[in-house]
Amino acid sequence: MQDGWKRYKPRFLEYSEQSSGMYKSLFNFRLLWKQSIATTLAVVLLPLFTLAVVDYKISKEAQESELLLRTSRVVSNARRTLISYFDERKFALNFLTLDNTYDQLLDPQRLTQLLDNLKSGLGEWSDLGVIDHTGVQRNYAGPYPLLGMDYSRQEWYQKLSYTDTDSYHETISMRSNISDVFLGFRNTPHIVISVLHSNRLGLDWLHYVLRASLDIDRLNTLLAQLEVGGKGDAFLINHQGLIQTPSRFFGEIMKKFPLAVPPPSERTQVVEGRDPQGRAILIGYAYITGTPFILMVIKQKDILMETWEAAGAKLIFFLAGSVLAIVAVVFGICTYLVNSIYQADQKRLASLHQVEYANKMASIGRLSAGVAHEINNPLAIINEKAGLIKDLFTFRQEYASDHRLLGLVDSIIASVERCATITRQLLNFARNIQVNVQKLSLRQVVADVLEFQTKEAGYRSITINVDIPDEIPEFFSDRGKLQQVFINLVNNAFAAMKDGGRLDITSRLSPDSTHIVTSVSDTGCGIPAENIKKIFEPFFTTKSGSGGTGLGLSITYGLVKEIGGTIDIKSIVGEGTTFIITLPLEYHADTGETNARTVG
Amino acid sequence: MRVLLVDDEEELVATLAERLEMRGIEATWATDYRAALAAVEEKEFDIALLDVRMPEMNGLELKRLIEARQPGMKFIFLTGHGSEEDFNACSAESGKQYYLIKPLQIEVLMAKLHEIAHS
Repeated sequence: MQDGWKRYKPRFLEYSEQSSGMYKSLFNFRLLWKQSIATTLAVVLLPLFTLAVVDYKISKEAQESELLLRTSRVVSNARRTLISYFDERKFALNFLTLDNTYDQLLDPQRLTQLLDNLKSGLGEWSDLGVIDHTGVQRNYAGPYPLLGMDYSRQEWYQKLSYTDTDSYHETISMRSNISDVFLGFRNTPHIVISVLHSNRLGLDWLHYVLRASLDIDRLNTLLAQLEVGGKGDAFLINHQGLIQTPSRFFGEIMKKFPLAVPPPSERTQVVEGRDPQGRAILIGYAYITGTPFILMVIKQKDILMETWEAAGAKLIFFLAGSVLAIVAVVFGICTYLVNSIYQADQKRLASLHQVEYANKMASIGRLSAGVAHEINNPLAIINEKAGLIKDLFTFRQEYASDHRLLGLVDSIIASVERCATITRQLLNFARNIQVNVQKLSLRQVVADVLEFQTKEAGYRSITINVDIPDEIPEFFSDRGKLQQVFINLVNNAFAAMKDGGRLDITSRLSPDSTHIVTSVSDTGCGIPAENIKKIFEPFFTTKSGSGGTGLGLSITYGLVKEIGGTIDIKSIVGEGTTFIITLPLEYHADTGETNARTVG
Repeated sequence: MRVLLVDDEEELVATLAERLEMRGIEATWATDYRAALAAVEEKEFDIALLDVRMPEMNGLELKRLIEARQPGMKFIFLTGHGSEEDFNACSAESGKQYYLIKPLQIEVLMAKLHEIAHS
């Protein structure tokens, strides 16, 4: 995993500025990379997140207000239904008082008959009674022994039989009463509807009350049919907060409603709240006019919001995916761009170095050529004078036997030859600086190069094997550049090897006889696989602290390209390294220049 | 064998002439082109040994002047500067690679002289 990352890790992340002045990089790549990623991400992601948050809020608010509206509609409809339900029953009783005289109502048979009629029409009636103006039940039809029962002290009766005629109100609702739900004798929940009948008889007023009990089953069915959704609940409570009809989640009938009784309101209201378990709920309520009831419609908000939240989750998933994609693309593009800049910058630095290197070499070349030439003339004179002395000794018999003198002269001549070798090498070196294509022999080029190295090889017991067969023809190339290539490779091999190593230089013609393939192998320390890719890059060096510039192989690479060849490398750590140079037999100046340009 | 030696270094050319004399070669020397041309006017030579780089007139130009006076003469060029231009120019002028680098080894020079004389 780590190796994988290392392979793809952009080079500029490891780059640290070591040069200064002319060779300084133009940019801090790591900073540039971080800044470009941060800026791009901020510019792209900020509006995206803002939009997402705003959209989330707006759609949530819309969904919530839609919920409130729907709940409100359900409550309003139910309220109307309930009002007409109670009105129907009050009208039915009122009709009985108008349709029958007081005396008729006091007739038990008649009353039983009326109860049966009521039952056949609206089945839930269970009894019917007539209460006179003193509050005593005068007639009763029904299953319980309630005849003669005195209601005068009961609150509902006192309220209903209020006798102040001046404040007599025309509306029926003021003259009727609907009781809370109670269990009574029968121990089944029911409500009682009472209607006051007032009639002027001459100077007197005739007051009596028609009272009837109703089972609440029909009321329950009515409420149960309301569309309140998954975990919704619709029921009645009274003004004291007692539950009046069955509730699914808020307690049994006649028990205290666990939440606060909502404040009185003439209209349907929907508020948000929390149930005893702490869950968010929507409470829709309406006071049912003319009754002691409050209609409660309670819905669990999170269940209602479920579909919206599912859609929201999809959106969030999509958003997360987009963000991931954006981050990946931004990361990739920034890395690619910064890496491109980095590589361009590295190329710029490498060309600067190459130019400087070439200038330096040219200066050294001119200097060495001058010095060699100037030394060569006096050297030639010494050579001739010493030669003459030797000639004199040889040709004139009197000195011929003086071996000591002859030895001295030979020593002078040998030293002159040594100096001459040095000046020749200097002149050869100077010659190499110039660009010059000529016919040359690879064997000679290699021999010239090795001439520099034989001493060191001798000191370090390094064996040098050169295998360049006769079939390798002379070919056209730049002698100086080719020599430089071999000098660099041989130096490299020497640096990599311990004393007692072996250097092999072998050449073969390529199968199609258009190229010469030369390999330079050493038995040195080898190059790890991860460094092989970078080995020809400028400034890559493992000779830390030993003055290595990291340019040698890079220049070698450039030189090989300039003379139209290719260079390859094979290496095994601990066994050695082989550089393989393929050179064309035909030199094309154009190719050389083109390649040189791509390198530079 | 008659050889003309031309080099601006008198010490060199005089000593070399003396050494060649010792080996039975009739050597005449000159240190500039005027003396060289005067010598050519005076007598015939088989081979001229010319330094390439000399003040006033270089060896290659001098060769043409001498050749105009004595056609059929052979030439060996001598230089202290083993540059490619010198090498190529000398090869072109002498027809063959009769080209020696200073300092000379007398045995090599003798071998070359005999090789040319018998060619």
